[in-house]
Amino acid sequence: MKNMMEVQALTFTYNGATEPSLKRINLPIEKNKVTALIGPSGCGKSTLLRGMNRIHDLYPGHRYDGTINLLNSDGEAYTDILTIKKEAELIRLRQRVGMIFQKPTPFPMTIFENIAYGLKLSGVKKRTQIEEVVEQSLRDAALWGEVKDRLSLDARSLSGGQQQRLCIARAIALKPEVILFDEPTSALDPISTLAIEEMISVLREQYSICIVTHNMQQAARISDFTGFMYLGEMVEFDKTETIFMKPSVKQTEDYISGRFG
Amino acid sequence: MELIFKKLAQLSASLVFFILAATALVLYLSARPAIEEFGLGFLFESRWGVEETRAQPVLSPNQVVDEMPVIDEQADALLDDDFIDDEDDFVGDDDDESSGDTRIVYGALVPIVGTLFSTLIAMFFSIPIAMGIAVFLSEIAPKLLAKPVGVAIELLASIPSIIYGMWGLFYFGPFIAGIFGGNTVSLLVAGLVLGIMVIPFMAALSRDAISTVPDMLKESAYAMGATKLEVIKDVVFPYAKSGIIGSIILSFGRALGETMAVAFVIGGVYQFVGKVTDPTNSIPVVLANSFAESSGLSLSVLFYLALILFAMSFIVIAVAKFFFLRRK
Amino acid sequence: MRLILNRLFLIFSSAAALVGLFFLAWILFTLCSKGLAGLSLSVFTNDLIDGGLRNVIVGQLMMSGIATFIGIPVGILAGIYLQEYGGNTKTTEFMRDLSDVMMSAPSIVIGTFVYAIVVVPTGHTSGWAGVLALFILMVPIIVRTTDDMLKLVPTELREAGIAIGASKYHVTMNIVVRYAKAGILTGILLAFARVVGETAPLLYTSGSSQFWTTDLGDTFPSLTVSIYNLATMPDNEMVQLGWTGAFLLTAMVLMINLLGRYASNKKRR
Repeated sequence: MKNMMEVQALTFTYNGATEPSLKRINLPIEKNKVTALIGPSGCGKSTLLRGMNRIHDLYPGHRYDGTINLLNSDGEAYTDILTIKKEAELIRLRQRVGMIFQKPTPFPMTIFENIAYGLKLSGVKKRTQIEEVVEQSLRDAALWGEVKDRLSLDARSLSGGQQQRLCIARAIALKPEVILFDEPTSALDPISTLAIEEMISVLREQYSICIVTHNMQQAARISDFTGFMYLGEMVEFDKTETIFMKPSVKQTEDYISGRFG
Repeated sequence: MELIFKKLAQLSASLVFFILAATALVLYLSARPAIEEFGLGFLFESRWGVEETRAQPVLSPNQVVDEMPVIDEQADALLDDDFIDDEDDFVGDDDDESSGDTRIVYGALVPIVGTLFSTLIAMFFSIPIAMGIAVFLSEIAPKLLAKPVGVAIELLASIPSIIYGMWGLFYFGPFIAGIFGGNTVSLLVAGLVLGIMVIPFMAALSRDAISTVPDMLKESAYAMGATKLEVIKDVVFPYAKSGIIGSIILSFGRALGETMAVAFVIGGVYQFVGKVTDPTNSIPVVLANSFAESSGLSLSVLFYLALILFAMSFIVIAVAKFFFLRRK
Repeated sequence: MRLILNRLFLIFSSAAALVGLFFLAWILFTLCSKGLAGLSLSVFTNDLIDGGLRNVIVGQLMMSGIATFIGIPVGILAGIYLQEYGGNTKTTEFMRDLSDVMMSAPSIVIGTFVYAIVVVPTGHTSGWAGVLALFILMVPIIVRTTDDMLKLVPTELREAGIAIGASKYHVTMNIVVRYAKAGILTGILLAFARVVGETAPLLYTSGSSQFWTTDLGDTFPSLTVSIYNLATMPDNEMVQLGWTGAFLLTAMVLMINLLGRYASNKKRR
């Protein structure tokens, strides 16, 4: 089976920086699997993730070198997303590669409108279709039961954990192919964290997932593959069991066993 | 020492309240002869300084007829300057009323309308431009440009209003008259000069409100494939809504009470405008121009105007504070 | 379609910014060209009666200076009270709101108030009346900046002070106020810049005089009021002098503002 995404020899330099923040990174994102990125803060894991939907491009002056391939919908050929220049194609890319952030980011509108927002952007007008997708997305995000009676309330009235699940529902309403999670539970309590983790293992059946986490146990619990990054380099990438049980690089072992980071 | 310090601090804090209360009270007492003479009808009377036979004076419906004061005696009483202390006498004087002579009618309608219209023109003109600047500074311009332009805007907000008025009189007024015809001093020019004056103020406040929108929130909208316009329209503005509306209302209040920027360019004429390019008057300008040469009832009338202006701006600010800029 | 709308919006927004900046640049340009044309040494050595601005500049600075001088202790004390002693009660909130209302009250109304309580009883305009009007304008500004600046002082700092046995007064004066010093200084400078350019409250409180005087008990020379008078005169030379005054006033206000910014930036570094 083909990989959903392939990062190949990616070097990324922030605007004005002399040193690249990512150095010749290789990373495959397998279809319907969870890939975790771990490493100490500042190692470049979020930077890498934010390259994969080109959200970096909101701020001018950054430099990419290398390739990030995304499988076309025909399941055959790849497109290098770093070659995208037109804004319309960038927008299309971001609808295919969804993203969840460190903190919940409910838009200042109602719960319903939050979920429907992406659909409206992509031009869906039919009310029944929108309602259907909203309900399905909320069900998939295990939120439907909690909010079905207050869809017209401001989304900011939800609790932190609910808000984060709302954001996930909002992302999956667009039926993306890949979902990027950037430390999605770092602002949540343990119970909400658990709910999100359970959700991710369900979402895996339909989506390809890449998650950045600072929490090694989380990576061990939910991922199939793990990449350990340090100082902008991909030190080791392998099956999660291998990384945690029998890492082949000394640095990985030191980090996993808590000797630094 | 501890206690003295605390008391002193408390006293200072009460001073603000005291001044505010004193302002309202003194204005009311000074305006009282005029309030008694003209009642609330003052607000709807369009004549100013016109002599009329006092058969049919404009009265508010709730004013009892035999409370109608007499102009001549009162004017004399007012002339000796200590009318504030004497206010009780007026009530007494009301009894020996004689009718059939003439009085001078003053009405606030022209300046009230002038004030409101010039402020509204200012708002129509400044809101789009100020919002454009605020959005430009916070969302569009590269950092290298946004920083110095932002500082420049803030500095411009501090330029004394008299400068705007002077520029309006000598340059902007003729410029506008060249385009729209009409006078070089007019309601239109006054409104536009006011608008230009509040632009930097409004833009700076709105930019501050917009900059409270978390980057992550905007990014998550972009991550769903939104364009810049959609992010600003659907995320940034709704999120910063109360701050932006607050900045508009504060600017409205500032334009409403502005004297010097308007004094040069509105014309100072007691007439309704047929066209926007006609000269008219506004409350602050009436106050600025007529205070020095007024006495007696005509002075009291000015205090009445000041009281109205004070109340208007008080309401505007109170609305802004209580509905939109509540501290968390 | 979405992209076209987006493009249009970006163009409109940038254009609006450009239009706004154009007017403001126009104002500054006229101010400089007209103002600098009349600038000469005699402006600073002669009084208004001899075609200079010496007395009115000094008069304006004296009135604003004295108002600031009295306003500082009152404003700072009131700010301290609101933040350090007032607690989180309804009364303090109410007092804060009142200061905000006072801060935005039309300055001409403050002028009428002072006219009624000073000029009417004494029978003539005076420097002191002008000082009082500026003082009333200024105090709420200082109160609110002091209040805001003190709010930024970390609570731990106060607790640490109390923990080593300092009295509340000592903690407030030696720790809290010292911590917030730069911010308060900036606030004072900005408040000074604001009142120094005020015209409306001085029109009939201080009036303005053509002669040199330092007697605040008498009608007092004011730069802003003189600019207003000069600019509306038919004589071109007088108007020119008005522009020069306007230029000097703006330069002064902008300079004080920059100084205030500098003071608060230095602290942050």
